[in-house]
Formats: sequence, C-alpha cells, structure tokens
Amino acid sequence: MSTQASVRMNKVADKAGTEPDVVAAVRKWKSKRGSLIMVLHEIQNARGYVPRDVALYLSRELDVPLARIYEALTFYHYFKLEPPGKAIISVCTGTACYLKGSQALVDEFARETGAPVGGSTEDKLFHLQCVRCVGCCGLAPVAIVNGKTYGKLTPPDIKKIVHEWREHFAGDAPEEKTTE
Amino acid sequence: MLARLMVAEHLEPAIRRPETFTGAPEFLKDHTLSLDTPFFTDQVKVVLANSGHIVPESIDDYIADGGYDAWQRVVTSMTPQDVIREITESGLRGRGGGGFPTGKKWELTAQVQNEEKFIICNGDEGDPGAYMDRSILEGNPHAVIEGMLIAGFAIGATSGWFYVRAEYPLAVERLDKALKAARRYNLLGKDILGTGRDLDLEIRLGAGAFVCGEETALIASIEGKRGSPTPRPPYPSVKGLWGMPSCVNNVETLANVPTIMNRGGAWFASMGTETSKGTKVFALTGKVKHSGLIEVPMGISLKRIVESIGGGTSTGKKIKAVQTGGPSGGVIPEKEMDLPVCYDHLKKVGSIMGSGGMIVMDEDDDMVDIAKFYLGFTVDESCGKCAPCRIGGKQLLLLLEKIADGKAVEEDIEDLKRLAVSMKKASLCGLGQTAPNPVLSTLNFFLDEYQARLTTKEALAEKDKA
Repeated sequence: MSTQASVRMNKVADKAGTEPDVVAAVRKWKSKRGSLIMVLHEIQNARGYVPRDVALYLSRELDVPLARIYEALTFYHYFKLEPPGKAIISVCTGTACYLKGSQALVDEFARETGAPVGGSTEDKLFHLQCVRCVGCCGLAPVAIVNGKTYGKLTPPDIKKIVHEWREHFAGDAPEEKTTE
Repeated sequence: MLARLMVAEHLEPAIRRPETFTGAPEFLKDHTLSLDTPFFTDQVKVVLANSGHIVPESIDDYIADGGYDAWQRVVTSMTPQDVIREITESGLRGRGGGGFPTGKKWELTAQVQNEEKFIICNGDEGDPGAYMDRSILEGNPHAVIEGMLIAGFAIGATSGWFYVRAEYPLAVERLDKALKAARRYNLLGKDILGTGRDLDLEIRLGAGAFVCGEETALIASIEGKRGSPTPRPPYPSVKGLWGMPSCVNNVETLANVPTIMNRGGAWFASMGTETSKGTKVFALTGKVKHSGLIEVPMGISLKRIVESIGGGTSTGKKIKAVQTGGPSGGVIPEKEMDLPVCYDHLKKVGSIMGSGGMIVMDEDDDMVDIAKFYLGFTVDESCGKCAPCRIGGKQLLLLLEKIADGKAVEEDIEDLKRLAVSMKKASLCGLGQTAPNPVLSTLNFFLDEYQARLTTKEALAEKDKA
C-alpha cells in the first residue's frame, strides 16, 4: 500500500474513532477473546449496517487485518454493508412457511413496496429480505417488519401491512445521504 | 394451567371452551386446548417440565423447584468420574442430531490434559422448521446453565461459551440475565460456593450461517473467522477452540443433565428404546392440526405423534409424509409411520433424528418441489470450502430444476442418484454429507413423482425443432 493510501485510510479510521458508539463497542470487547463478531454485532445493531470507515477503525484498534473483517462481514448473512431501508421486511422462508405459501407473500411484498428481494426501495423506506426460519412455525407463514411479527398471513394481508408502515414513517424527512 | 396456556401460543383452536370459561386471557381465547386432550396427555416432559411453570427470568423460581441442587451436589461432593459415570449410565445421546453418546464425549475431553479446556453450548439452531433450543433457552435458561456447569465440571473446563443465534434476541437476553443472576449467587464465576473452583460462562452470538451448527465451524465462528469446518480428526476434544480441548454439546442435551443428576441415570435409561434413551423435544409443524413444541419418550411411533398428539392434518386431507431432520434429513412416507422414533430406526429409512424438526405434509405437497426447496437451502448455506458440497450441491439442484421443469430424461435420474451418493461420501462436513438426504429419500419413496415429470430425448429434439 502506498504511504498516501495508508495516510488516507488512517484519516478515515480516525474520524470513525470519534463516534461514541464505535469507541464504546471497542472498549467493551477489546480485551476479550472471540470478540470480533460481537463488535460487528454492536455496530450492525446500532447502525443497521457496518460502514467501511468503522471497519477500518476496528481493524486498527483490534489489530485484525481489514480482509479478515470483511471475510466475516461477507460470510455471515446477518451483517449488511449498505444502509437498509427504514422498514425492514423479513419474510420467513423456512420449511413450514414455505409449505404454507411464503413465496406468494414475498412476491406480494415486492409488488406492493417496489423493493427487490434482498434490496431497498429508491426512497430507502422499505427493505425486503427473505430470512431463514424465525422459529415460530406454528404461526406460518410469517413476516416480521422492524421486530413486529405478523403470523398466518395471506397475500391480501400484505397491502395493509405495507400501508401501516408507510403511514408510520410518513412524517419523517426523506432519508439523508449517508456520508462516506 | 394458565401458565401452560400462555406458552401454547402456537396452538390451533381445537376444542372450543364453553362461553362461561374465563380462565384464559382474551387474546388466547381462540388458541386454547383442554388439558385432557392427547396433545398434552401423550407427552412426557423432562426437558420442558418447567417451561411455562416457572418465571424464566427468576433464578429464585428455578431454585425453589429444585434448581441448582444437582450442581451444588456435584461441585461440593462428587468427582468428574462420578458425573461421567452417571451420564454414561443414562444413555443420553447428543440431541443436536448426531446422536453421539454424551458420556463418551465428556470422557474423551476429560482424558486430555491441558491448562485450558472449554465447554461449548451449541445454540445455533439453524434447521428451518425447528425451534426447540429457542424455546428451552427462553423458557428455562437456568436448566441449560446448570447442565453446562455440570458438563464443564466433568471435563475439567476452565471456561464455557454459549453460541446462540443472533436471530433469537429474547433467548439471548434471558440467558444473559440468567448468567448474571447465577453469578450473583456464586453458582458460577470465581470460588464457586466456597469450593475454590472457578468456572465462568460467556455468550457469543452467531450471525446467520447454517453451517455454524457443525462443531468445527462453530468453533471457527467464535474465533471470529468465517464458519468453515475443518477436517476431523483432530476432534475438538483434542484440538478445539483456540487449539484447546473443547467439548461441544447441544442446548437440549445440556438441559437434560440436571434432571439426570437428580433422578439418576437408571431412571433416565428406563425411558425410550434399547439404543435411544429418554425423551426428545420436537417442533411439530407443517400441515398438522395442533402444531407446536412437543416432548415425547423415544420409541413412540410417528403415527401416534402425528395423529394423536398432532390431531391429524389441518387440511383434512390424507397425510403423505413426515419430514424429520430438516435439510439434512429425509421424508418418511405414510406407510412407514408405525416406525418408532429413535436414532437408529430413522436412519434406517433414510432420514435422521436431526435436531427435532418434524414437518407434516399432505397429499398436495409435491415431493420434487420439497427436495428442491431443501437443496436450495443447503446450496445457499454451503460454505464453499470443499468441492463435493460446493459444486455437487449446485449440480444436484440444476438436475432437480430440470426435472421439475419437465426437461429431464430417464438418465438424469441415474445421474441424480450417482451424484447424491458421491456427494454424501466425499463432503468434508455434516452439511455436505447429509444435504443429498432429502433427494435420496424422496427418490426412494416417491420415484413415481419424479418419473411423472420425465420426458424423452425424442420429445426434447422435437421441441427444439419447433
């Protein structure tokens, strides 16, 4: 790496290091064993994704090569590299839900919100994802929006749910562009 | 009884209560089931005995019911050999699916001399359609902690690690609270109950990777690496977490331990079959009338589970098959349903016990589609380290798609079989070795459904011309 690039990376990392949540996460886990994934969880939960500048900072502070951090980030489904939409729709595609028609729900959510599966809408309002079993197969088929669980769904129910969340975020200002 | 109703959140309405019944809260009105129905009377609860009866967030509730008695006795007056002998006598086998004798596993780790040793609890329940471990951790976290402490004592562990799916936030929260409470009572941590022994337990979270349920991948994940399995041997009992001897046990396995220590190995061994002792928790789901978490003695027939406890199909149609073991298991057709549920019999018909997912399928369910669904899952979850799983799985899936689309010929079925068998033999870890099971078992029992989709070379050539 050229000196110039290394200086630039250090600068980016410095900036992330001024953010209290990042500093707190590092302080909490730095001295413990098996902490990398736990730190990434803290960042993911607070931010909704793991920004690159934070990853750079973690690499420096935890003394873990950046490639190792991205190795974990890209391997595990739980971590996101891009900020998701405000309302995160998780449709369960576990076996019980699948048998009871979860694919139709996915299609309907995609149609109603305009979000592609695994992606967000242009206005960053909705993010649609298929998830593995959420562990309440008795309620199949299930969808979860921002922690709220909807069970025993049929495609006609989707419109109402999407509307509910559109209303919920109606007062908010449009999503600001995240700074790099 | 109300407590039991509260946990019955997943029950289908079966018997409507008379209008005058006021026992259940309003929101459960349509989800109650009388306690004298087979759903309850056919079950035998050991692991789930306290779930729903004690407040999971109260250590005092657990202690009042005899909790931590076993741990206290073990840590103050027993030797590790005593504990291992008791567990070996009970015949307890790993409940995560492998079925390895728990006493044997502990003995192997106990034999290895090392400065540091770890006990690890596998709570990475990734099988879609199963939620036994989540329910145990949420309903009775202290039982798992107590089991883990006893296991740690038996193998001589210096610290213990819970590996729990991040998708189970409530389970993690309750486990965390329970650990703090137990530490406050000096049941774990430094100088436990004044005995001079130290053993502390910590939680590490999974991050959404099915393969991390495999013990070597789980260990890699705790270390902060991607969850790729490593070849065994060396087994974790020799070289595990950070290269130290480690013992990995499933949540349900550990939850059985306190009761075995309290009531004796012989008592536990009195339940079940010759080779499978005790009870097993299943998540009974799919097209069954009363879906939910059930605990039954080993050796009970599949028919009794589905028809008596489950109340038959929810659709009123005929049962076609029951799937056990999730993406690593197979389907068991209706004609084989008198089969007693235990490790060996399930294996004999091409399925596995698995962690406890049990999915009921009716006449409408298409077996080629089911095989495709499971394989799609395992292909997606393959870590990509070994070629038989990474490439074999993908090719199997392509073949299945070809069949489902009606573009396959007779030879493709042969290819499918051959590929499935080689993948089983050549893959590095359990994921790849078991991924072809859904294909092989549907081929075995429902070959007609595959054949009905076949076409001929002539017909394909004809189509190409058109």
